[in-house]
Amino acid sequence: MFQLTKNVDILKEIARDVRALIIKMLAKAGSGHPGGSLSAVEILTTLYFSVMRHDPCNPSWPERDRFHLSKGHACPVLYAVLSKAGYFEERHLWTLRQLGSMLQGHADRKTPGVEMSTGSLGQGLSISLGMALASRVSKIPYRVYCLLGDGEIQEGNVWEAAMAAAHYNVGNLCAILDYNKFQIDGSVDEVMSIEPIEDKWKAFGWNTVVIDGHDINDLISAFEHAKEMKKKPTIIIARTVKGKGVSFMEHVVDFHGRAPSPEEERKALEEIFDND
Amino acid sequence: MTEKIYTRDYYGKALVELGRERQDIVVLDADLSGSTRTSMFAREFPDRFFNVGVAEQNLMGISAGIASCGFTVFASSFAMFATGRPWDQIRNTISANKLNVKICATHAGITVGEDGASHQANEDIAIMRAIPNMRVIVPCDAYETYEAVKAISQIDGPFYLRMGRSKFPIISNRPSFEFGKGQVIEKGKDVCIVACGIMVSVALEALAMLREKGISATLVNMPTIKPIDKELLLELAEGHSLFITCEEHSIIGGLGSAVCEVLSEAKGVVVRRLGIPDTFGQSGDPDELMCHYGLTAENIVALATKG
Repeated sequence: MFQLTKNVDILKEIARDVRALIIKMLAKAGSGHPGGSLSAVEILTTLYFSVMRHDPCNPSWPERDRFHLSKGHACPVLYAVLSKAGYFEERHLWTLRQLGSMLQGHADRKTPGVEMSTGSLGQGLSISLGMALASRVSKIPYRVYCLLGDGEIQEGNVWEAAMAAAHYNVGNLCAILDYNKFQIDGSVDEVMSIEPIEDKWKAFGWNTVVIDGHDINDLISAFEHAKEMKKKPTIIIARTVKGKGVSFMEHVVDFHGRAPSPEEERKALEEIFDND
Repeated sequence: MTEKIYTRDYYGKALVELGRERQDIVVLDADLSGSTRTSMFAREFPDRFFNVGVAEQNLMGISAGIASCGFTVFASSFAMFATGRPWDQIRNTISANKLNVKICATHAGITVGEDGASHQANEDIAIMRAIPNMRVIVPCDAYETYEAVKAISQIDGPFYLRMGRSKFPIISNRPSFEFGKGQVIEKGKDVCIVACGIMVSVALEALAMLREKGISATLVNMPTIKPIDKELLLELAEGHSLFITCEEHSIIGGLGSAVCEVLSEAKGVVVRRLGIPDTFGQSGDPDELMCHYGLTAENIVALATKG
């Protein structure tokens, strides 16, 4: 099993490296989704390096905790974290989005450590619920984590799954909402408001926690708290910043789906390592 | 009188037997378990059955998640709702990930009858067939349904298996189901009729009528629509210049199309397709609807004898 840590300084360092890898891989690819990848860096770093039981040498270990990237366009953050955790060599990151690469433009099972190909939004919570229920049938204990985008939860399928997860009392399911406030066409509030967000999930029978999604201490305690819920699914509503860590990308809707130019890459990397 | 049995009864029976034989069988339904007969499994194996309510997208997503953890999952609803509503979930999650989900749908086609157009899936074969990795099975009677369910439970990956609502006549002289294989039920020489589902029994009636006219027809039961038995079709094309396809499905994209995709590359062959015209169905008695939309032995004969 992978050696986990609760040392926040180490986790911050990993998050910084992950952020840099995202920028470099997207700049190399020339296309992709930086905004929603950068907003989820601390969430994934905490999960893979501090919370989830997993084994990079044995990605299909039956007892592993599962992570499901429902917002499949944020795959750069997942690829960076998987590579950092040792699922595959870093050199693969530079093949992102190229013909024949295992690193597809949206998460794909070809990549070691990716549980499921995703990309069409709104499906992940159902899939994660299925994984959580499978643990009940197989009697193999594990937890399932599902990262949802804020625009994504405008999909009706999410709420079918939300209703069912509470109905089935699945305590081993934890969703994380990457609430970075922006979707392709603009701010979530303008396009299709999802508020009052916590009330909605509570009304659907979920345990809710609202945190700063970039605060690793907050994340660790939220995940610990979720584990204590034996008969209720938990959603961690993580307030995040789209494009976090790169000043000119933060809150900028244009960087939802545009890669940095070489000049922007240089500036972004400077900032990432200076801010440290 | 030919015996008539609900195909879904034998789906339920096969599921129960599979449940007894194997711990890895999990069944899901979306509030139609009584009609689809998954209730038979649910009664005996409540811990391996999930009724997700009226939520077919969730049905497919949960099925996918369970299958990804090593289970063989059967997911059922009516054909309309098992394929139309969750097509994206089936394409992007179940099929793209080659998950072991067997979508077994009942109430396909116009023989749904009185419930009318909203419940008559006439396009399901077409939209399932178009998805990579998906295999499509249309059994012709209850016993073949039973055999097919058992067979696909042994083959990894996604399947779509299509059943009807009404009782189908038992096809007596039929070889056992073999995945990917068409079955020559009668060997003739003048015309080759390729049928699936309930139309196999209709084609058998047509064969008798043709015999009276001195026309000798070959009848092929084609329970696997995808991958279609290309070898058999090309072999038959050596000895037949006229093919007739018969299906209780839209003329667009079903068995007829699949056969044409093969035979368009064979020399000197004409294919005539009998299916539901490109239109929505309506309420009515199933037999009346079959006549109304032209799915009759008389029409098969007409196609076989027209110049």
